[in-house]
Amino acid sequence: MYRYDDFDHRFVDERVAQYRDQVRRRLAGQLTEDEFKPLRLMNGLYLQMHAYMLRIAIPYGAFDSAKMRKLAHITRKYDRGYGHFTTRQNLQLNWIKLEDTPDILAELASVEMHAIQTSGNSFRNTTTDPFAGVAHDEIEDPRPYAEILRQWSTLHPEFSFLPRKFKIAVSASTEDRAAVKMHDVGLYLRRNDKGEVGFEVMAGGGLGRTPLLSHTIKPFVARRDLLSYLEAVLRVYNQYGRRDNIYKARIKILVQSLGAKKFAEEVEAEWLASDREAAALPDNYVREIASAFALPAYDNTPVDEAAFKRDAAANPAFARWLRRNTFGHKSSNHAVVTISLKPVGETPGDCSADQMDLVADLADELSFGEIRAAYEQNLVLPHVRRDALFGLWKRLEAAGLGTANIGQITDIICCPGMDYCSLATARSIPIAQDLARHMAAKEEAIGTFNIKISGCINACGHHHLGHIGILGVDKNGEEVYQITLGGDAGNNAAVGTIIGPALKSDAVTGGIDTLIDVYLKLRQDGERFPDTYRRIGAKPFKEALYAVA
Amino acid sequence: MQLVTGNRLRDGVPIYFVGNGQWSPSIDAAQLVEDAEADALLAVSQEGAPPLPAVGSVLIEAVRENGHIKPISLRERIRAEGPTTGPMTHQTAIETAAR
Ligand code: SF4
Repeated sequence: MYRYDDFDHRFVDERVAQYRDQVRRRLAGQLTEDEFKPLRLMNGLYLQMHAYMLRIAIPYGAFDSAKMRKLAHITRKYDRGYGHFTTRQNLQLNWIKLEDTPDILAELASVEMHAIQTSGNSFRNTTTDPFAGVAHDEIEDPRPYAEILRQWSTLHPEFSFLPRKFKIAVSASTEDRAAVKMHDVGLYLRRNDKGEVGFEVMAGGGLGRTPLLSHTIKPFVARRDLLSYLEAVLRVYNQYGRRDNIYKARIKILVQSLGAKKFAEEVEAEWLASDREAAALPDNYVREIASAFALPAYDNTPVDEAAFKRDAAANPAFARWLRRNTFGHKSSNHAVVTISLKPVGETPGDCSADQMDLVADLADELSFGEIRAAYEQNLVLPHVRRDALFGLWKRLEAAGLGTANIGQITDIICCPGMDYCSLATARSIPIAQDLARHMAAKEEAIGTFNIKISGCINACGHHHLGHIGILGVDKNGEEVYQITLGGDAGNNAAVGTIIGPALKSDAVTGGIDTLIDVYLKLRQDGERFPDTYRRIGAKPFKEALYAVA
Repeated sequence: MQLVTGNRLRDGVPIYFVGNGQWSPSIDAAQLVEDAEADALLAVSQEGAPPLPAVGSVLIEAVRENGHIKPISLRERIRAEGPTTGPMTHQTAIETAAR
């Protein structure tokens, strides 16, 4: 894990002191809300429906037990004992008091955390594969690059007044587990014919009002040129990106209006004309950052396979959890464990302070202290010995964290919606809760499936990328839900298409159930929902849905 | 009918304008006026030395029903009554109100 150096510590401490003074002046009436709002937003503090909301940055979703314990402590002391993990691998606290926020930021700084750049027209948290560093299908650990991007983009003077927020994702595995193509800029780590590491650079993705997937603008950028090339991308965006209309300001609109080819040419010209050496990424610097992410010293004594198999055979629930919640590790003695924050009927992504403490303890005991937050709103223990899995599962079960549903229909991505978010046009959590309760019994028969729900067109719940996506909208004061079909987030990323008129809230679960029945009836061997949808089209789904609706 | 609501500056709690420079977290305490008087009520709510107690003050529609004030919009009902998601069954929520 990257550790702050003196510069980082000083920078974050100074920021807390500046912010403390800003809050003091606001509470004393010396700053108006218009003056104060940009200052609080720069420190991750939003004003939501019921309270202030603090969005705490978890850079590329990687943190550790000490940070988790601090988060548990903060949620207990300053909030209501729970937090919400987001689709940007961050944590949101929903019940924060303005007057407490300087102390909270100081507490975060004590464990090398902050809430900077979790808002505003800045670079947001660079996201990556939650299995980074340990995934068996990885070319190289993407975290050092995510860290290099974090350092490069934090308060970058040339890019601190972008037309809009800017999001980057990095993936280094054959399977894209970071939804790279929905990002302003996406990076796939690649090896060229000579075995050198570089990046396929994609640009122009994003969800929201105009959902678009990114395009490859350069198939291979050498590692050394990564930052100079990204600076060229940003310069073209800074120069041509629209600032007159918030809905047209993201880079996706620029790439769409210029065309990906023309945009790529503009970037190339800018890049060739720039001082590439000034922003070159030297190998020794990459090595230095990468050393912070070295794998821990694993215990390589062989796993007792017979005992492992016996436990799994005697406990079908454990066997199911193994199948769904563990993933192949680089070390054959270890597994990557995903802890579901989607117990059926609960709020997706919520985690109590007690659960945070337990995960911190388990991370210390079983995973070298390391924890990850996944964009699917779950947590990951990246290095668990396989002979410790049975014990781990039992402890997770006892704490309500043992749900075996990763990648299943009840593993729903869901934004806070109108229960918390002041931008929402409808609720999303109760829809997710009801759907999960209803679908749990069919989960095994359905297999891999994802439902994604957003409470407004901003699409924090990634609804466009759900096999089934649900968007809550307001229709004359009533919540109704638009259903999209065929979305996909990974290697085969696709934006779903709206199937027809929106459903009333009490018709959503039944409607989705009908769609699932059509899928189960018509799918061919091994077909996932988007495959079936692409093969047979919308018609059978539409006919069934609107016959009952 | 309409009333003025905003979020309390120091902690963000939804509050309602009672009149005479006073605000309350209870919507039932709000001053509810006819539509024609609403703009004047909003103006009065914004008087006083800074900082004003409420941030983002707006007028919302509401009705009086069985002695209680009920906002018309779902959003405002959720603001007044809290999230509709039910308690988390797997956690011990600590009410900030108890602090
Ligand atoms: S999608 Fe809309 S409602 Fe949901 S969290 Fe984002 S802004 Fe709020």
